[in-house]
Amino acid sequence: MDVLVCVKRVPLTGGKMVLTADERGIETRHLGFTVSPHEECGVEEAVRLVEAHGGSVTVVTLGPPEAEEQLRDALAIGADRAILLETDGSDWDPESTAAALADVIAADAPDLVIFGNESADAGGYQVGIRVAHALGRPCVTGLKALAVEDGQLRGEQESGSARDVYRVPLPAVVTVKEGINLPRYPSVPAKLRARRKPVERREPERRDARLELVRLVVPEGRGRQAEVLGEGPSAAPAVVELFQRLGVA
Amino acid sequence: MTVLVFVEHAAGEPDELSLQALAFALDFAGGNGVDAVLIGGADAASDLPVGTAHVAELDGGYAPQAWARAIAQLEPSVLVAAGSERGNEVLAHAAVMTGGALAANCVAAAPGDPAEVTRMRWGGSLLEEARIHGPVKLMTVAPHAVAPATAAGDPAVAPFTPELRDEDLVARVVERVDTSTGGLSLAEAPVVVSGGRGVGSPEGFAPLEELAGMLGGVVGCSRAVTMAGWRSHTDQVGQTGTKISPELYIPCGISGATQHMAGCKGAKKLLAINSDPEAPIMATADYAVIGDVAEIVPAITAELRRVSG
Ligand SMILES: Cc1cc2nc3c(=O)[nH]c(=O)nc-3n(C[C@H](O)[C@H](O)[C@H](O)COP(=O)(O)OP(=O)(O)OC[C@H]3O[C@@H](n4cnc5c(N)ncnc54)[C@H](O)[C@@H]3O)c2cc1C
Ligand SMILES: Nc1ncnc2c1ncn2[C@@H]1O[C@H](COP(=O)(O)O)[C@@H](O)[C@H]1O
Repeated sequence: MDVLVCVKRVPLTGGKMVLTADERGIETRHLGFTVSPHEECGVEEAVRLVEAHGGSVTVVTLGPPEAEEQLRDALAIGADRAILLETDGSDWDPESTAAALADVIAADAPDLVIFGNESADAGGYQVGIRVAHALGRPCVTGLKALAVEDGQLRGEQESGSARDVYRVPLPAVVTVKEGINLPRYPSVPAKLRARRKPVERREPERRDARLELVRLVVPEGRGRQAEVLGEGPSAAPAVVELFQRLGVA
Repeated sequence: MTVLVFVEHAAGEPDELSLQALAFALDFAGGNGVDAVLIGGADAASDLPVGTAHVAELDGGYAPQAWARAIAQLEPSVLVAAGSERGNEVLAHAAVMTGGALAANCVAAAPGDPAEVTRMRWGGSLLEEARIHGPVKLMTVAPHAVAPATAAGDPAVAPFTPELRDEDLVARVVERVDTSTGGLSLAEAPVVVSGGRGVGSPEGFAPLEELAGMLGGVVGCSRAVTMAGWRSHTDQVGQTGTKISPELYIPCGISGATQHMAGCKGAKKLLAINSDPEAPIMATADYAVIGDVAEIVPAITAELRRVSG
């Protein structure tokens, strides 16, 4: 079976969010980049499915030319082929993103398309569902377990202290969450092989955003440092006093 | 302009997060009307503070696309729901069906054309001011951004039978498997003691387990820990893990990355144990102990035993 996974390049922000001068992006000069853990698990899940059932894994991203790095990471995990929908790095709204992705996916006609449940940065909760409608395929979201048998997909979604089970025919679209698997660390030979795998580039058409980003705002912190109760084991009595004051001991 | 609110419910009562969405919608509507739509559950509709409560008569379990089809048939121009799993999912389907634009996890909004919203990015670590253009506007409301609507009303309850398409029922819940362990859940525990990379090994969690047990709490962890395979992802606190809201949160050997902190914004008090006095977590913690977690946590449990005799 052929599986296609969509991933999005995002900055690794660490302990603090710092904005660019125009307040429309995160200052990334000193940052590394990654994809959402949900999407990383999506790539791992696709590779496992193809290891079990045969077929191929294609990974697609819409982003700046540098997003090739995230495609190479996915190729190192075991994807076979990568497609980069190149942008100038500005923010694309969910509708335009979905339309551009749906165009390539429709041409590729995979059996299964895997998205993250939500992107790490925008958190729009919709690109996967929009693509499913554009392709006219069923969509199941937030999966924590997934299996394919006889052209049917069985997926489990967490719901409080229970799991909801879905069964849908392929081709289908799913969105997954971190925890569905523990992604492998790519080996050095796998990373080297990934460098030689093909990355196709396309230039998608951007539409006017109907969800238009105006400005980013860093929420106010509390503007003060923690009260230090002590250093090392000698702080234990002060900690227990705190527990008693807070009524937890 | 009438604002339509999708109200989720269980056991004859509207969900808390839906009542928050309703409060958000009442505020957004100003003096204009607010209606509700429910999938089944006329009981839960009977005293909502809205004009009309539309109740879709649909059999069977959760079917996101069918639920969205029912809601879309009411032809809303403004549609609001809770930023719950189902709220976000149903509204994404409804956005396609109504041709509308959806802003997920809003914390504030002002009506107009375009409408102006403030919404959460990065699990709440960053806010975005945005405009929603077009004739149909959809919003979900970030959990706990606003207080729930408390006033009771006397709505006209209007049952209707939605016209579904075959494809709307392809993806639906066919089975529900109980996974409860009977124990206290991470999301609801009054005390959470979490370990990060600084705990050093899976065995390093034993003193944290002991402390959590003595405080009637549970153990959590950071993503560095789940990625290392030291603990299961069900213990992970953060943007892509569990959101917690304990009385006291005790992160041990956790640096305080924004994605971790996105999961513990609801904690009332935060006590950090970390060897680095400059760690980012010191800017969010209320209290701190500086030093090696492997020495400090056992000293705390020993002191607890001593004082309790
Ligand atoms: C989109 C996205 C989503 C993410 N989601 C999550 C999430 O849900 N949850 C999450 O946790 N992370 C998440 N992350 C990862 C996050 O960015 C951090 O990488 C992670 O939280 C770091 O874990 P840590 O604090 O345990 O490790 P580190 O950052 O390595 O910090 C270790 C800390 O331990 C201290 N330390 C070391 N030794 C000791 C000792 N002996 N005693 C005391 N202290 C010691 C150090 O001073 C340091 O502060 C996400 C990342 C991305 C990009
Ligand atoms: N620019 C992008 N390139 C590739 N995939 C994307 C992009 N944006 C979003 N996605 C996919 O859509 C999912 C949901 O995104 P969102 O609707 O923004 O929460 C993500 O987890 C990705 O799998």
